[in-house]
Amino acid sequence: MDKAIITHGHSDHARAGSKKYLCHALTKPILQLRLGEGDYETTEWDETHFIDGVKVSLHPAGHIIGSSQVRVEYKGDVWVFSGDYKTEDDGISGAYEPVKCNTFITESTFGLPIYKWKPQQQIYAAIQNWVLQNKQEDKTSVLFAYSLGKAQRVLDALKDITDTVYVHGAIFNMQQVMDALGYKFVQVKRITPETTKQELKNAIVIAPPSADGTPWMKKLTPYRGGICSGWMQVRGNQRRRNADKGFALSDHCDWDGLLNSVKATGAEKVFVTHGFQAVFSKYLNEKGIAAEEVKTQYGNDEEDTATENKIELL
Amino acid sequence: MKAFAQLVDALSATTKTNEKIAALEHYFLVADDKDKVWVIALFSGRRPKRTISSTLLKDWCSEFCSIPLWLLNECYHTAGDLSETIALLVEASNTTIGIPQEHPLHFYIEQFVSLEKATEEEKKNFMLRGWAQLESTTEKFVFNKLLSGSFRIGVSQQLMVNALAKVSGAAPSVVAHRISGKWNPATISFNELLSDENNVADISKPYPFYLAYPLEDAVDTLGSIDDWQVEWKWDGIRGQVIKRNNNLFVWSRGEELMTDKFPEYSLFQDALPNGTVLDGEIIVADGATPLPFALMQTRIGRKNISKKIMEDSPVSFFAYDILEYEGVDCRNIPLQQRRQQLEQIVAAAATDKMQLSPLIQCANWNELAILRQQSREHYAEGFMLKRKNSMYQTGRKRGDWWKWKIEPLTIDAVMIYAQKGSGRRSNLYTDYTFAVRDADKLVPFTKAYSGLTDKEFAQVDAFVKRNAIEKFGPVRTVKPELVFEIAFEGIAASKRHKSGVALRFPRMSRWRQDKKADEINTLDDLKKMLEVYGK
Repeated sequence: MDKAIITHGHSDHARAGSKKYLCHALTKPILQLRLGEGDYETTEWDETHFIDGVKVSLHPAGHIIGSSQVRVEYKGDVWVFSGDYKTEDDGISGAYEPVKCNTFITESTFGLPIYKWKPQQQIYAAIQNWVLQNKQEDKTSVLFAYSLGKAQRVLDALKDITDTVYVHGAIFNMQQVMDALGYKFVQVKRITPETTKQELKNAIVIAPPSADGTPWMKKLTPYRGGICSGWMQVRGNQRRRNADKGFALSDHCDWDGLLNSVKATGAEKVFVTHGFQAVFSKYLNEKGIAAEEVKTQYGNDEEDTATENKIELL
Repeated sequence: MKAFAQLVDALSATTKTNEKIAALEHYFLVADDKDKVWVIALFSGRRPKRTISSTLLKDWCSEFCSIPLWLLNECYHTAGDLSETIALLVEASNTTIGIPQEHPLHFYIEQFVSLEKATEEEKKNFMLRGWAQLESTTEKFVFNKLLSGSFRIGVSQQLMVNALAKVSGAAPSVVAHRISGKWNPATISFNELLSDENNVADISKPYPFYLAYPLEDAVDTLGSIDDWQVEWKWDGIRGQVIKRNNNLFVWSRGEELMTDKFPEYSLFQDALPNGTVLDGEIIVADGATPLPFALMQTRIGRKNISKKIMEDSPVSFFAYDILEYEGVDCRNIPLQQRRQQLEQIVAAAATDKMQLSPLIQCANWNELAILRQQSREHYAEGFMLKRKNSMYQTGRKRGDWWKWKIEPLTIDAVMIYAQKGSGRRSNLYTDYTFAVRDADKLVPFTKAYSGLTDKEFAQVDAFVKRNAIEKFGPVRTVKPELVFEIAFEGIAASKRHKSGVALRFPRMSRWRQDKKADEINTLDDLKKMLEVYGK
């Protein structure tokens, strides 16, 4: 591409190889870490840019730090692309704002009514209690969280009960970027070959999901593992991942979040991308909102361990 | 219900056996007495009779949550469990009516039982009240689960037995025996169930079966063949025949009382002495000559066994062990001596319905290996190898008993349909239908769900999601592209299947990524196998 507008830094939404990029200021250092140096133009939210006569602006999407929706306007016709987004304000990713438009392109990762998230406060409390309980039983707590996005929220949840969290290299590298951006939650210590078993005893550890079941985990025993992902809403997924505990903590909209957003945009036409696009677009049509599904290469940023593995190498 | 929901949560909040046992132990120490009995019943598959259909549950949930039925069904296909789907939808709908109420587990079970003759309206009201009054998703989940299915939450019978053993102070094998067989959770108390008194009172009780692992190493690592008793591994139904107090009972390995299914065996009531328990195989056979297993399938599901069925598919009992002799538990006597007692009992029974599973005599393992190739001709699946001095143990144990099975039959087939799995396979396409080629057509002939690694399942799942034709409903038609080797234990003619054959224990033995769809086997190949192995 000559010019790519990037919504956020997850690998299924940010690829190397374009000549120029436009992204939110907070996204740039993330792209630098993941894609290397490049021609990155940055913008704040609500700032207007013109590209070939098209009016372009970014707006908060609430998905991860720096994540944005893209609004384009040409001859009065307004389209908004949601990127990945969540409607609940997590306190660090910027609060999602619905943007009025004629056409709305929405994700549908959790586009089924069984996906209804508990308030963040409640999930954070559950994570805290679980960690404290493990401590009492002389177990290390290992929380599995995607290095970009989820890990920052988990650190945020833990800051009330600890000063230090041990982390996997992938999470450490990302946190260095976050620290520089001013998102410092607690002290993170990288687990290296020199880290002793003694240090890790009873500790709190954050690791990417791809580390689960690898020899890297050995040094942490005895531990309990907790997975932080929206997919943990369903018991079977918890069992498949063989986790001791699942926390349905998601960076995506739940069903109500998707519905409310679509309504709030006032769009006459909705395109539904990755996730349950067939189901969600059918439902919208039944509710009198013209919707169509679109096939994209987005998706699986949380579940696709192959993607996560690639990131570990960077 | 809270205590039970907490138990279910605790059991799913750990993958460690010890922690699961501890959670159960804690529950059995503190819970309501009646509830404890029900938990033992539920976790050992003794669900009360279903009084409300899943179709009605879906309708009511759809109405309660104001979502269309098709959307509820999509949720169900993804979550893979209706009880959980409904619990999640009800929880998400935020329509709590009234104040949360707490009743013990047995209250709900008794209510469900009493609803059998209630009107649809009364049933509906009860469900809706439950959904509105139960607080957490887990409480709603177990509430639905009481109606709609077995609790698959990673608790094996053995695990529960171990927890009960700790609570009661009895040995695990004793506990296993006490909770096996027929007892009514609605009337028995926790203490009665676990006490000796009750054990004596219930004369029908079977012993827990001793099960063998497949032989993993070369057969000659077992030492001298002279230390081993060798029998054919029969392809029938494992069963226990019990004669006590002039009553006869026939139990299957699934702890199902099957006395009525095999009227042929009623003559054992006179032929066996009181205080006799035999372990053996229920086989379709003409006296000592086994017949194809497919015949068993024609009578197994029937409620009434007619004269015609008994003529077409007669059964014999091939006895291979004795667990109780003259009213005394003899499981700790070495096998060699048990065999002598068994031979004496079978000889005295003097009926061709009661056969002795013959001993195979070979000079060495090599000879045995050669004979093993003829297993199928004997309607056997290979050999059972039992150490001559072995005791009769409880459950599946290594060391003294091994099954040495023959290689399965195999055929290469292409996947044509896929369906999402349930439980730990929820939201993954793991249940497949396979076809063989017939000229330019593809003919479906079997389904298979197992045999692939988690990683392979994930790859096939991704293929299905990319290549599916339908977007709604449970079944996806996919491009016939992926080729698998299907392994199975037997083949029989079938009028119910389009292909004309039915396979026994089909599973995917290999993903043939080296093969294309035009290289799969044909319907003729399948028919030839039927010709050779299915008669």
